[in-house]
Amino acid sequence: MIFSVQARVDTASKVDPSDGRSLWQDSRTRFLRNHAAIGSAVLLLLICLYALLAPVASGWSGEAIDWNVLGDVQSKGRPSMETGHLFGTDELGRDIFVRTAMGTRVSLMVGVFGALVAVIVGTFYGAVSGYIGGVTDSVMMRIVDILMSIPFMFVLILLLMVFGRSVILLFVGIGLVSWLDMARIVRGQTLSLKQAEFVEHAVVTGISPLMIIGRHIIPNLLGVVVVYATLLVPNMILYESFISFLGLGVQEPNTSLGALINSGASQMQYGTLWQIGFPLFFFISTLLGFFFVGDGLRDALDPRDDQ
Amino acid sequence: MASYIIRRILIGIPTILALVVFSYLLIVVAPGSPFAGERPLPPDVLANIEARYGLDRPLAEQIASYVWRIVMDFDFGPSFAYQDRTVTDIVLQGFPVTLTYGFLAFLVSVLVGVTLGIVAAIRKNTWLDYLAVGISIGAQALPNFVMAPILVLVFTLWLGVLPGGGWQGGQLPYLVMPVIALSTSFMASIARITRSSMLEVLNADFILTARAMGLGFGRIIFSHALKPAMLPVVSYLGPTFVGMITGSVVIDMYFSTGGIGQFFVNAAINRDYPLIMGITILTGCLTVTFNLVVDVLYAWIDPRIRY
Repeated sequence: MIFSVQARVDTASKVDPSDGRSLWQDSRTRFLRNHAAIGSAVLLLLICLYALLAPVASGWSGEAIDWNVLGDVQSKGRPSMETGHLFGTDELGRDIFVRTAMGTRVSLMVGVFGALVAVIVGTFYGAVSGYIGGVTDSVMMRIVDILMSIPFMFVLILLLMVFGRSVILLFVGIGLVSWLDMARIVRGQTLSLKQAEFVEHAVVTGISPLMIIGRHIIPNLLGVVVVYATLLVPNMILYESFISFLGLGVQEPNTSLGALINSGASQMQYGTLWQIGFPLFFFISTLLGFFFVGDGLRDALDPRDDQ
Repeated sequence: MASYIIRRILIGIPTILALVVFSYLLIVVAPGSPFAGERPLPPDVLANIEARYGLDRPLAEQIASYVWRIVMDFDFGPSFAYQDRTVTDIVLQGFPVTLTYGFLAFLVSVLVGVTLGIVAAIRKNTWLDYLAVGISIGAQALPNFVMAPILVLVFTLWLGVLPGGGWQGGQLPYLVMPVIALSTSFMASIARITRSSMLEVLNADFILTARAMGLGFGRIIFSHALKPAMLPVVSYLGPTFVGMITGSVVIDMYFSTGGIGQFFVNAAINRDYPLIMGITILTGCLTVTFNLVVDVLYAWIDPRIRY
């Protein structure tokens, strides 16, 4: 009996037998075995490195105009090693290699920051609503229902028009309209956590509700929250690019992937396809990367036998 | 069921009211006036204009009379930027266009998505499944503003078979690209949702029973598995609809189809408040109505839900 258990542990993993395997370790093994997710994580890392290092590595800056190229972008602005424009130039003679990196950086920042706002607001709202329950809960959830049925992109554009276009407002605005799903998910989890014995224990010891939410409920929600946050990031990037594509988001000389795709699309008919191709490539890779990592995390943390 | 529908309508009304009040307040606090031109107007002239548009009365009264006129006469007031035209006039011109291609795109994403998902599920782990999953994953990273330039590049610039924009009363060649561009990413999501929910249903005990009783394959899929498998898809119809409405902004801008999206962005740039509000409120009403229909449909499909 003892021998057989020992043998199984030895073959199953290199984990010290006396440790046993925690849920987290299980999840980690599952995640590491998911090739698509690991590959995407590496890809995302490379994209981040590119976004950070390209402006330093290239001899050009994102705003400098290459006067040699201007006037004949179709032939002289091609991607080439000689001119130093690895990805070519745009119609104003600006280096696409650096501008794509700038755009990727803005998009990633919007993605991460927006997701962060959504996570903080959504987690807190959902946890409070679920923990307090009763009338408060149903009122708070009705509000979420109401907000959900408003076409948010219109309200966001409205906000941008009223308060002026700024990247900060864009971050906050996108984050603030995206916490609704998070709040629902967190509320559902809180409802089941509320029944747990350690929460009952905390209640009996007379800890204040706010303290219970902060110290006992939210830490236990982190797994779910992390997974949905990863899936939120690509959505944030999509929103931001949508707004910037319309020319209502990030303003020149700063740029984002959506704005680059837009200007590339408007120059397409002159044959300067590198101008849309490279931003598009980074846009799609980043989105797919986050999708795969998010899916991988979800599968790892929430195992189901189908798939 | 009837009482449920009535309750849902009663929730819908405050939603729309909240939207009206919120957007009105937003516009009131907005810095800058639509009448602020390059030269400042003399104060008494400005006062006259403001009185003409009723902007000198108390806020609550303004909102009340605004709502009253919409409900009684479908009158959203005059447009600030398009002189001599009322908002109602513009909206009646734009909405039919948007609704035409929006409805078609909605139909395409649901029909193609569901078919793709079912095929992938019943041919699980064959090349057909991998193809369908591949398409649906790839297409998720192809939102409307990415699809639109790609389609124009291929079908207008390279093949020269489709016009790059325009509407012409909605003739077929002018419809193809807007519908495909708008539906692709939603089609992908619907295919993924259908596949995973179909797989789950096919593993259920009642399907095993149906198989054991010797029912034909087609019969099992269409009369037993399809209905329960459609539940997650039905709950995704609401977001799809909102996506169509929001996406119309990009479609209208990119293809110059002349729908409300184009007016919306122009209104946002021109600070044409009545027009922005009119469009926001109308899309809000549409969304609320559509969500109502979806909820009722959901309750009708799912026998477990009783109201």
